[in-house]
Amino acid sequence: MAASDFKPVVIGFLCNWCCYAGADLAGVSRFQYPSHLRVIRQMCSGRVDIEFVMRSFLQGADGVFVGGCHLGDCHYNPEGNYDALGNAMIAKRILQHIGIRPERLRIEWVSAGEGTRFAETQNEIHATMMQLGPLGEAEGQPVAFLREALQAVINMVPYIKLVERERFRLPHRSEENYHKMHADPEFAAIFESMVLDKITQSRLMGRLRQAESLAAEDLAAAFALAPTEVMRHLDILAERGMLRLDGRLARLLPVATAA
Amino acid sequence: MEAMAIKNMLRQRTLSPGDNHLGDVLVVGGGISGIQAALDIATAGFKVYLVDKAPTIGGKMSQLDKTYPTIDCSMCIESPKFIECDRHPNIEIMTYTDIEAVEGAAGDFTVTLVKKPRYVNADACTGCAACTEYCPVKVPDPFNQDLSLNKAVHIYFSQAVPLVTYIDDSCLYLKDKSCTICQSVCGEKGAIDFTQTPEKINIKVGAVVLSPGYETFDPKIRGDYAYGTYENVVTSLDFERLLCATGPHEGQILRPSDKKHPHKVAWLHCVGSRQVVPGGNTYCSAVCCAYTQKQVILAKDHVPELEAKIFHNDIRAYSKDFERFYQRAERLPGVEFIRSYVSVGDEDPVTKNVTIRYATDQGVKEDEFELVVLSVGINPPKDAQKFARIFGVELNPQGFCKTDPANPVKTSRPGVFVSGAFMGPMDIPESVYTASGAGAQIAELLKSRRGQLSKKRVYPEERDTREEAPKVGVFVCRCGANIGRVVDVPAVAEYAAGLENVVHVEESLFACATNTAQAIGETIREKGLNRVVIAACTPRSHEPLFRDTLREAGVNQYFFDMANIREHCSWVHSKEPEVATDKAKDIVRMSVARAQLLQPLGEYYLPINKTALVVGGGVAGMTAALTIANQGFETYLLEKNSELGGIARRLHYTAEGMAVQPFLNDLRKKVYQHRDIHVLTDAEIVSVDGYVGNFSTRVKAGRRDRVIEHGVAVIAIGAQELKPEEYGYGESARVLTQLELEERIGTGDASLNAIESVVMIQCVGCRQPDRNYCARVCCSGAMKNALKLREMKPSAEIYVLFRDIRTYGFKEDLYREAANRDVRFIRYEADDKPLVEAANESGRDFMRVLVSDPVLGKKLQLDVDSVVLSAAVIPPEGALTMARHFKVPLSPDGFFQEAHVKLRPVDFAAEGVYLCGTAQYPKHLSESLNQAYAAAGRALTLLAQDSVVASGSVCEVEERDCVSCGACITCCTYNAIDFRETPRGKKAVVNPVLCKGDGLCSAKCPTGAIGLKHFTNEAVFRQIDAALAPRQQRVIPIMPARN
Repeated sequence: MAASDFKPVVIGFLCNWCCYAGADLAGVSRFQYPSHLRVIRQMCSGRVDIEFVMRSFLQGADGVFVGGCHLGDCHYNPEGNYDALGNAMIAKRILQHIGIRPERLRIEWVSAGEGTRFAETQNEIHATMMQLGPLGEAEGQPVAFLREALQAVINMVPYIKLVERERFRLPHRSEENYHKMHADPEFAAIFESMVLDKITQSRLMGRLRQAESLAAEDLAAAFALAPTEVMRHLDILAERGMLRLDGRLARLLPVATAA
Repeated sequence: MEAMAIKNMLRQRTLSPGDNHLGDVLVVGGGISGIQAALDIATAGFKVYLVDKAPTIGGKMSQLDKTYPTIDCSMCIESPKFIECDRHPNIEIMTYTDIEAVEGAAGDFTVTLVKKPRYVNADACTGCAACTEYCPVKVPDPFNQDLSLNKAVHIYFSQAVPLVTYIDDSCLYLKDKSCTICQSVCGEKGAIDFTQTPEKINIKVGAVVLSPGYETFDPKIRGDYAYGTYENVVTSLDFERLLCATGPHEGQILRPSDKKHPHKVAWLHCVGSRQVVPGGNTYCSAVCCAYTQKQVILAKDHVPELEAKIFHNDIRAYSKDFERFYQRAERLPGVEFIRSYVSVGDEDPVTKNVTIRYATDQGVKEDEFELVVLSVGINPPKDAQKFARIFGVELNPQGFCKTDPANPVKTSRPGVFVSGAFMGPMDIPESVYTASGAGAQIAELLKSRRGQLSKKRVYPEERDTREEAPKVGVFVCRCGANIGRVVDVPAVAEYAAGLENVVHVEESLFACATNTAQAIGETIREKGLNRVVIAACTPRSHEPLFRDTLREAGVNQYFFDMANIREHCSWVHSKEPEVATDKAKDIVRMSVARAQLLQPLGEYYLPINKTALVVGGGVAGMTAALTIANQGFETYLLEKNSELGGIARRLHYTAEGMAVQPFLNDLRKKVYQHRDIHVLTDAEIVSVDGYVGNFSTRVKAGRRDRVIEHGVAVIAIGAQELKPEEYGYGESARVLTQLELEERIGTGDASLNAIESVVMIQCVGCRQPDRNYCARVCCSGAMKNALKLREMKPSAEIYVLFRDIRTYGFKEDLYREAANRDVRFIRYEADDKPLVEAANESGRDFMRVLVSDPVLGKKLQLDVDSVVLSAAVIPPEGALTMARHFKVPLSPDGFFQEAHVKLRPVDFAAEGVYLCGTAQYPKHLSESLNQAYAAAGRALTLLAQDSVVASGSVCEVEERDCVSCGACITCCTYNAIDFRETPRGKKAVVNPVLCKGDGLCSAKCPTGAIGLKHFTNEAVFRQIDAALAPRQQRVIPIMPARN
């Protein structure tokens, strides 16, 4: 697609109390910004389910924007914008893992009085989108391939939520602590084994469901993974009764026998 | 006739005064101030007559294009209040009505009203305006400042309430009975009635609010601005109409002489204001600086290449965000602010351009302009003298209503209160909060009759839509030109007609106009709609209005969605009409997709704890507490210090000459002695829980820890004076702040004896990058102190070093008096501040001040005994903590941010929490008092109710899907979710009364068992899918081929 034809579409989840009001103020003040944004109003940014983000990309959005109140200023008692931040950081790691540029997801705090900031943020987002191009371009992957991965993630969202609750909650929520947690190598290891590996396995299973049986080499090539890595996942899946391994050939088992 | 019956049911008020002409309160003047007074008083449980001499309510605000500093569309924010008044069961609107006589006393007034003949029977008129179309008589349109023509029979403006035509004196029938076209056009409806005569009506009320507003200064009278003689000289109010989409040229700025776009425009400030010449006003009109900047910004938006010169005196950007607003205007390309005195020169006989002569450092210059705008000031209302006579109230020397400085909404006659610009020149927020303040005091006066005449709103029974398939109606609003000028509205409407389940599509000029809202209701009934999408502006302002329309049409109000194609589309993509049109279609498609899944919801009624909490024991807090407690509601007053009084303890006299300490002592005594006020000093708030109607605040007072349960809260924690870090403050005892000087004057401090010369420096610590605001009170404060010093020391040398003197309103007279009494004023620039140093020569200690004199062009050296700094007023200590406790926002400057700068000046966006005094922004004592009454009044409208309505958008658990993981319970700090034993085991259950509808739990629930009603996952999915539907069609087939 020629760069000039590219009209990015970004889905925006805006909290009613701050960011949506900030967007209103940008309008009232006649601040001009590009037209990529499609707003879905939510009462709180913490309401934005990881699935909303993934579904937006699945349907072909070039970007997703989550806008909430400044940290500490959430309209609601449970301080939902910290949850929004936590979810966004998780979603970014997952996007990175499945080969989607995490910059396509942007979270920002905009108060009701910050019309300027809202417009500036949209200008920045637009610049990012023009730089990355349509979904798939900066990734160097066909959209169908990314969609497959996104569907696998969506299938795993219930599980991810459980893991988030069990393992990724902070006793004292602050922006700094979230960044600290995500910078911690130990966290990265847990995240990889508990979330990312599961997503990979979900993707492998997805392929297998289409083909009944597939060789590890083919799966490795399809996902650009090391064959040993694929075998490791297949072993785990076989152990859990999801498939049968005949040497390096994985065969789908009927679900009923999986238990 | 059924339609008629429905109309009567919809319109709850009676058009002619009904029952026994017995009411509680008369509000005189239906501008924004009168409207606010009527709404507050009626909601507090009193029956109100809202009377206006014009054919509609709305006042001057309805003529404005936009409001500063947010550039909100004036009509858009005001007209929902017209409808609110119209639908309020306790308000009876009487337009085109004069007041003839008032008799009786507070509590029992008899008022004689005269209803002027409209020659139109309001009950029969449907507002179709066919008569206007056919009327042969064209007359200048008063609503458009006579800049365009209207007909002898017409509707005053399209959002008018009541929306009925009226016939003016130019009618041919009224002149010589030569035409009855309108009668034939109206036909069977028979609304035209030439037999009408003035009708006298007597009503009985207990109290009166005078809110007749103001007149703009008429430059024609004196003739020195060539207004009325040169065609291309217009007033600022004329220019408002030229800017406006509903104006004479539909928002095109065309100059009167040749109807062409002017490319070079001059604005002349202070027309009729700050003048001692006969026919002028000595005072400052307080609003012109900011409205001129607004007009410049808007004109540049209309005509980007416009060249604008603004000839001004001091720039008075003294209110919240005004300084930034001024900077915004000043920085626009092609805009030049010139500080100069001007005169209007010649008119070019051919081009009709106007020459302006102005003084500069290099002598007098001349410049030619295609259009000249006169920033005209504010005069008392035309009928001021008559009002004074009829109501028996006194006027002040300037011709406005005389008020009591200790209670500025009180007139000289008991039971008669005043609000808005009849008190003196003021901006919209002051007009609104003085109205709420008057409302509070009336409620106190009439408390024994509260609720006796009031009625409840009645809605038709809701239609059961359970068996119906979705039938969506889409209404696309042009918002005058606000949307229509950018977005191709017919194309959007046509597109909407092809969307899923859309059975009706309609365009409207203003969806929010009374008749349109009513027509939407009728369409819902006729077409059997069960989902309504309005593509217009933001739901944050207009959703309540349209939801109410659905209720009136017998459809559940949650079957409604707003597609925001104005704030989020036409206004932000105004240079790209095609792009904006495409986006508008997307937004409408998303909205229609969501609408399919909307469910009818019921609302919850929560009892109100009728106790108030006032935080801050200064003048504002104490006044608010007293006003609430005087109406019998228990009130807790928290003060962090050990003594009540706040910053007023350091004040001794006001600019108006009121002695502060006796006033304060009296107030303190009243508070301490009040049966229903509990004062807690040394108090600190530990935590605040709960929500409107039911707050629970933990307070540490002294050593005692206690929890206060309350229904409303008022934040009045004041502000503080900055401790300057410049000009030698803190280093030399000769450098004081204004407040310190006032304390010394007030206490007769002996140190003043030795002072024979003083330099006052203005704008210390503000109007600078890190504190980019004007502290509002310092200029008047300096005048007040300079005059006191002058009184004490007739021979003292007093200098005031200033940037702009901002003695707005009547305070201008202090400035003039100071100048007349030999106080010397020297202007300095922000980048060339005065230098101050302590010096000692020949054994004498003094301060040496060096300042550039702009007139003489050299450095002046002033050796004086003392330097007095007008130090900035800064936000109160602990503002951020307090803001977080109550979940309310702060402005960028750190003061508390009200819900809406114009129309909700003492409310917060969070319900049940109110704001007053300097915590909102620096202000004078009288202004704090007014706000305190207003905040109390707003709180009382809530305390007068028995319950608050909570949204039906709460969370709900689908038990079958709940796996009892408890994820929802741990995230809900409102404790709205609990486990309950069921036959299928432990399941989460939501207490809807405690649920606040944030939907956090929904994002946590792994199985999707818990969902937020009205914002369900499924609805969001539909919106996402709808937003990206074109992307799906386009991208999917193309992209795989790229690999």
